[in-house]
Amino acid sequence: MERKRQFKDFLPWLILAGLALVPLFLNNPYFLHMIIMVFIWVCLGQSWNLLGGFTGQVSFGHAAFYGVGAYAGGLLAFHFDASTWYGMILGPLMAMAVAVPMGLICFRLRGSYFALSMLALAELLRLIATNWISFTNGSVGILIVPTAGKVFYYYLALALAALSFSVIRGVVQSKWGFYFVAIREDQEAAESMGIDTTKYKLVSLLISAFFTGLTGAFYMNYMAFIDPSVVFALTDVSIMMILVVMLGGAGTFYGPAIGAVIMVIFSEVFRIYFGSANLLVLGVLIVLIIIFIPNGLMDIREYLTRRKYA
Amino acid sequence: MLEVKNLTKYFGGLAAVQNLSFKVEKGQIFGLIGPNGAGKTTVFNLINGFYPPTSGEVLFRGEPITGRKPNEVCKKGIARTFQVVKPLSRMTVLENVMVSAFCRVNSINEAREEALEALEFCGLTHRQDSLAKSLTIGDRKRLEIARAMATRPKAILLDETAAGLNPAELDQAIFLIKKIREQGVTILIVEHIMKVIMSISDRIHAINYGQTIAEGTPQEVANNKSVIEAYLGEAYA
Repeated sequence: MERKRQFKDFLPWLILAGLALVPLFLNNPYFLHMIIMVFIWVCLGQSWNLLGGFTGQVSFGHAAFYGVGAYAGGLLAFHFDASTWYGMILGPLMAMAVAVPMGLICFRLRGSYFALSMLALAELLRLIATNWISFTNGSVGILIVPTAGKVFYYYLALALAALSFSVIRGVVQSKWGFYFVAIREDQEAAESMGIDTTKYKLVSLLISAFFTGLTGAFYMNYMAFIDPSVVFALTDVSIMMILVVMLGGAGTFYGPAIGAVIMVIFSEVFRIYFGSANLLVLGVLIVLIIIFIPNGLMDIREYLTRRKYA
Repeated sequence: MLEVKNLTKYFGGLAAVQNLSFKVEKGQIFGLIGPNGAGKTTVFNLINGFYPPTSGEVLFRGEPITGRKPNEVCKKGIARTFQVVKPLSRMTVLENVMVSAFCRVNSINEAREEALEALEFCGLTHRQDSLAKSLTIGDRKRLEIARAMATRPKAILLDETAAGLNPAELDQAIFLIKKIREQGVTILIVEHIMKVIMSISDRIHAINYGQTIAEGTPQEVANNKSVIEAYLGEAYA
């Protein structure tokens, strides 16, 4: 038991070291791109998971934070000809600024208000970004000249994934994490145990928005192009984030990472083989997940190990 | 210690609690009794801050706490348990109590120590690593108390802690409640089981339809005409 725990402690470092070596052997830009996309989805999955999986506050519109993070840098470049790299600082802060009023309004209420308000917010921002052409360049989007090579982006994406993973893990294992899970499990009990539930739901939302915005800002730099339908996308961002977490296992540390790997590979394979029907196949996959592994893949592992020790 | 003054709560046109006043002294075990639907749990929810009262006041150590939120009331030193137990199901027993302990401390280690102490106090140490949802009803009631005690309360509101327990568990519950008092914690208890309430209370306040019908020592209340009427009907009074 003691040995096993030690190995578990080293596992994230081993994975990190292994991933850091990949570009030395792999020069194929397509595969590097796929791995970068996995890193992006690990960040997004972790962010959604903190709020939805651990704190129990489901959001149907995290694309709002992703898009705001991406557009923060994009608009700097569009209006002031500034480097989109500033977006890596401004983006997450703007995402948090958007999150504050949402949290203050919706977290006083229980039930589905927050989830639906987030959905509305993301759609609202998408429509604004599409139609306020003088400010956002509308659906034409914002195009910049990429400033770095693929390998650089690979390491930056890896660093972001590692950062979001370790920060969120640290948060979950602290007093805040205990409070988040308590709120998820029973809000009234949590309140009677001295937890200001509105405040701590907001804290969770802000951390989640920060990392979603940061990832959006990275996406702007990496892809060198954004438009409203890409970064404020309902299915491809908001819903996909939920799927990544649900597939891997909500409220687990490794779930979103596993979900991200599988989702990125699947949607790429489906796109190649099924063309525009790929969403249909993805839909079938979702139904299968809900029926057979409602608690995600992490649950299967737990199920197997429990069997073994029983 | 804890004083309720002319407390009234309307749900729409229904007066759940009407003009209720009582005073709990420091170190007392104060029983609140009444037939089903008399408004006992509503009184707890008013003191604890889940509902704002329609009118009236709650004073704790001379300070008004009326209209405070539950988490603030808890920080002031009033802990509570729930009649319908509310375990944090997918957390372990120890984690459940640690959440409470964070009310007074900030570090994981301190919280763990405090929680272990509270579990020991309630006799739940052997279940500390079980998931809360796997506990029996008796252990769930203990968990409620352990969580309340881990917030280091000055007063504790116990809502039907003994309901649903078997005779052996009942004796343990009575023992535990007395032990809480020995810690210097003032107790306000709602209970249906007369064996429990009569044997441990220093003073009992009986209500029906949200209004006071009697107050006194357990003996006085047990012999009170209106109390017998409320519980057994006029024919027996």
